[in-house]
Amino acid sequence: MDYLLDGLMQAFVLLFSGHEETYSAVSITIMVSSLSIACCLIIGAPLGFLLGNNKFPGRKVLRMLMDTLLSFPTVVIGLLVYAMLSSKGPLGELGLLFTIPGIAVGQTLLGLPIVIAMTATAVENMDSRLKPTLRTLGASPRQVLLTTLWEARFHMALAAVAAYGRIVSEIGISMMVGGNIKWHTRTITTAIALETGKGQFAMGIALGLVLLLIAFAVNLSVVGLRRMAEK
Amino acid sequence: MLVATTVALSLIMMLATVGMAKDVLMMATTTSTDNTGLLDELAPMFTEDTGIDLRWTAIGTGKALAMGRNCDVDVLLVHAPGAEKKEVDAGNAIDRTQLMYNDFVIIGPASDPAGVKGMGVVEAMKTFAVKHGVFCSRGDNSGTNKKELSLWKAAGMAVPEKQDWYVQTGQGMIATIRVAAEKGGYTMTDRGTYIKYEANEKGNPALKVLVEGDKTLFNQYSAMAVNPAKCPKVQYELAGKFIDWMASAKAQKAIADFRLMGKQLFTPNAGM
Repeated sequence: MDYLLDGLMQAFVLLFSGHEETYSAVSITIMVSSLSIACCLIIGAPLGFLLGNNKFPGRKVLRMLMDTLLSFPTVVIGLLVYAMLSSKGPLGELGLLFTIPGIAVGQTLLGLPIVIAMTATAVENMDSRLKPTLRTLGASPRQVLLTTLWEARFHMALAAVAAYGRIVSEIGISMMVGGNIKWHTRTITTAIALETGKGQFAMGIALGLVLLLIAFAVNLSVVGLRRMAEK
Repeated sequence: MLVATTVALSLIMMLATVGMAKDVLMMATTTSTDNTGLLDELAPMFTEDTGIDLRWTAIGTGKALAMGRNCDVDVLLVHAPGAEKKEVDAGNAIDRTQLMYNDFVIIGPASDPAGVKGMGVVEAMKTFAVKHGVFCSRGDNSGTNKKELSLWKAAGMAVPEKQDWYVQTGQGMIATIRVAAEKGGYTMTDRGTYIKYEANEKGNPALKVLVEGDKTLFNQYSAMAVNPAKCPKVQYELAGKFIDWMASAKAQKAIADFRLMGKQLFTPNAGM
């Protein structure tokens, strides 16, 4: 039990003394997961809208596929993305292996199905009078898309939070594609795995606390968003 | 708003990562050079002397060699001479230069339930099989794992696989030592990593060195450049600079001076 308490104590020391390695892992995590979630939303929101708004053959199959992808294991994504980005892989030319944008590619694939599925559900459940009303007011398809997404902003925010939660806590992709390189691609989760392997529990606990804090902050911001939306 | 801010942020970050691009040398290495802290000591000196930013991923010799074959890294720092020579013969790596050595040791609980203390390696390996002393193997095709497998063969035995007493962790060296300690079992490690583990445990580790000093336990570390003839995009010039620097008098002295608890972890032997 002692080492747990010891670790917790040292964790606070690391956090409050501004320990450089700890903060490097934290900032890299925030950087890469922000990049990933931005890509997820930019790509996922319009696709989710298309899926929820339009009727076309094969739509049900697509929706089922999206729901299945929600539980895609992160190590499998890591493996696939590694194979794609490796110098001998089809995208090797881009030089993305062992870089932050490289990890973001994998994490975007991880978050995308969540954003698409939740956006589609939100759009499906919206007031059915919205679209005809917009049309009669002479809205272009792009305006319909933007207005609908704006009306669904709350569910979009929820989708973003759900995707962010999965992205920020994943380890398979960061480890395989990022290579856990100190100061460059070492994220909170890969650092925890490494430090635990080395028997350095203090830094592991410190980083774990930060991860919890990030999760808390993200959830708090949703509550804030909800309040704003209700006003 | 949220989207716009995140987009802006991510663009800034993309630009920042591109803007920082200077000479970056990518290395794949064994867990021992990283876990002991040796590379943390050497890398800043190397950057100061050459202006090259050294980045490494510590994954064990087997995977490191595979990354070299895939052209994913520029330089390798590994410890499995047999496997290294195969890569050189196959033309995947060139300029193999030996840099330093230490030795492997077999460690286990001070109470030594299998009674191997002071035995020769071959005898000890046979004893583990007979007495079913828990033996933790990395099982990850690393340099240490390759060495361990060769020891079973040297003892005239098939490599254990599913036996109850044989535990394959699939993890790095210090992680494997910790598994062995939890199980009250034995494992084989390089001396540098053992000293680091000893230091982690504040000089009072659960596992002690029981078998050492055998000639077959010699552990040579070498660097190799990934062959630019097979991997045109590889930074061969930078790799050469790194290998030369590691073999230079200055770096060799730094390796000899790298100590934990007053003990030397690696002995330099470039050019010998």
